[in-house]
Amino acid sequence: MSAEIDGGPLLEAVDVHKAFGPTPALDGAAIRLWPGEVVAVMGPSGSGKSTLLHCLAGILRPDSGTVYYRGAELSSMSDVARSELRRTDFGFVFQFGQLVPELTCLENVALPLRLGGQRRREAERAATEWLERLEVADVANKRPGETSGGQGQRVAVARALVTGPKVVFADEPTGALDSLNGERVMKLLVNAAKDTGAAVVLVTHEARVAAYSDREVVVRDGRTRQVELAQ
Amino acid sequence: MSIGLTLLGLLETGPRHGYDLKRAYDEHFGQDRPLHYGQVYSTLSRLLRDGLVEVDGVEVGEGPERKRYAITSAGVTDVHDWLITPERPEPYLHSTLYTKVVLALMSGRSAAEVLDVQRASHLETMRGLTRRKLTGDLADQLICDHALFHLEADLRWLELTAARLDQLAKEVRP
Repeated sequence: MSAEIDGGPLLEAVDVHKAFGPTPALDGAAIRLWPGEVVAVMGPSGSGKSTLLHCLAGILRPDSGTVYYRGAELSSMSDVARSELRRTDFGFVFQFGQLVPELTCLENVALPLRLGGQRRREAERAATEWLERLEVADVANKRPGETSGGQGQRVAVARALVTGPKVVFADEPTGALDSLNGERVMKLLVNAAKDTGAAVVLVTHEARVAAYSDREVVVRDGRTRQVELAQ
Repeated sequence: MSIGLTLLGLLETGPRHGYDLKRAYDEHFGQDRPLHYGQVYSTLSRLLRDGLVEVDGVEVGEGPERKRYAITSAGVTDVHDWLITPERPEPYLHSTLYTKVVLALMSGRSAAEVLDVQRASHLETMRGLTRRKLTGDLADQLICDHALFHLEADLRWLELTAARLDQLAKEVRP
């Protein structure tokens, strides 16, 4: 059944299967993401949670099953259309920032806007605002290699949010950080997402990180499981 | 936690009335469990009897007399001994969760379901603590972190057990 645009989920995966060679990574996974909510995707290493994120984000195409974004079938869009969608509607934060090492932090954050055709001055003005919001304005003119892990991740969060995405995909965003820096990144990420109305798909194996979410979906052996607690 | 020793520790910073002691206790340590006045005065009576505090002065006003209590040198010794004696690490060898998992396997029920429901419940509690932490002061953050780290340890055990259910089933099923 297809998701509806109005009043329906923002993003939905239905019976998604994905294998890498003979190894099944997803085996009938299903998830719904509603506008503005933060959902933690949890599970042990190798359970398929990152593969699920990649299918939801249109980075991977499922072998079977369907992913809908705002009612449109994401999994059957062309590569060009999916790339465009990732640039305009989605933001990404990975475990290791994945910032462009040759650019300054300011240029990194401005990059998605520049790729979208914005003039340099406007893009850098918006990037500066986001760096301030993520409390890393002081590293604006440094290259990523000159920043600490925590600063780099906050720059990455600024880059993910600068375009005003509808969904932010965060794959182990605190995995390389100590507890204190991890907490700071999560607090800023979740607050910024809530402020802008962006939904967040948060892949993590850490319960303390998942506790920043509104609800969790557990992936085990490629299958998703959600538990509704009795009130 | 020993209320008596905690009150003694607070008195080491200077003499106080019972009411002040209750307020100081509630502010620093009583986040979820403020002290009752009855507890404060019964504890102070015991400390007085044992020579760990003494009456430092009495104020006579319109209401009842207000005694001010001070810690004695014996009280200081008790606080010092308490602070430097490590708390006994809890080995948690008699876990209700473990018992439930084994019984579920023995009776042919879904042990995975037991673990899933427990995980959801733990995470719900952790969410509440995280929300409280986000709006709280440093004391609130540290108290919530202590609870969060313990709950996280439980969750790591739940995950590990979930990965070993097949193996465990072979060992415990008759």
